[in-house]
Amino acid sequence: MTIIVNESETQVPEGSVISDLIRSLGLNPERLAVELNRKIIRRSGWGSTRISEGDKVEVVHFVGGGEEA
Amino acid sequence: MTDSFKIAGREFRSRLILGSGKYASFELMIRALEASGTEMVTVAVRRVNLTDRAKESLLDHVDTRKYHVLPNTAGCYSADEAIRTAMLAREVLDNNWIKLEVIGDEKTLFPDNQGLLEATRELVKEGFVVLPYLNDDLIVARRLIDAGAAAVMPLAAPIGSGLGIQNFTNLRILREQIREVPLIVDAGVGTASDAALAMELGVDGVLMNTGIASAGDPLAMAEAMNLAVRAGRLAYLAGRIPRKLYASASSPTEGIVSGV
Repeated sequence: MTIIVNESETQVPEGSVISDLIRSLGLNPERLAVELNRKIIRRSGWGSTRISEGDKVEVVHFVGGGEEA
Repeated sequence: MTDSFKIAGREFRSRLILGSGKYASFELMIRALEASGTEMVTVAVRRVNLTDRAKESLLDHVDTRKYHVLPNTAGCYSADEAIRTAMLAREVLDNNWIKLEVIGDEKTLFPDNQGLLEATRELVKEGFVVLPYLNDDLIVARRLIDAGAAAVMPLAAPIGSGLGIQNFTNLRILREQIREVPLIVDAGVGTASDAALAMELGVDGVLMNTGIASAGDPLAMAEAMNLAVRAGRLAYLAGRIPRKLYASASSPTEGIVSGV
């Protein structure tokens, strides 16, 4: 099914949960925060939170930045 | 001599806080952090680049046992954006500290006071330790403190401008009037003397990023800033001599050998 991750269309298997998505992206979960349809999903809930067709996911992390836009 | 200070009950011995942006490499950034003697580093919150397979993350390089990581809301132009960013930031390290920036203008990166106040109120309610970036405005500072800010961080000059303190009068007034929370000069520091001057005014700390990261030799500048903040603080504590219009001889007038 098609979902939108960080504003890009991505294909994920039906029945995926957030942790599946994170794993498939090859990312270290300890460094991330995730939003599903504008709602923050705590890391403890990634294994049980289902993703549906058309869902919008934001995956963020820390980058270098002091006081700049 | 331990001359430490506390923000929200957490003690810091270094009065210099660094940003992590604009460095040529992660390695350079880490060495600059070390040379500066800082104990706290700010970071920004951004989308993961999903097409970048290198996947190195800032946190892979920052020792969180050594440095207190302070996420910021850089790039946020509204209270809603800043609040959303802060909430996300909190999830990454389960850390409820936030350096709050709500920007009002792209060219100057000056803060939007209304948004800043609104976001501070909301985030304090949510249990955040809020450190807001503001202009050197006493009234805004007071409102932010009433709203629960854990410190106030007035700018010396526009972010990244390197102009140094532009309004000594305002900063002196702020220092005299703000006693309830730490006062940290943030933004616009260009070179060591700027940092020393801020500390000589009696502020509690200085935050900078560009001044070090974009210097010709960031490691040397990090060391310079380390020394400058300490020198300025010592000078402040030492109690400077007054400024006089006329000379005041240092040597005694008695016993001068004349006519030789």
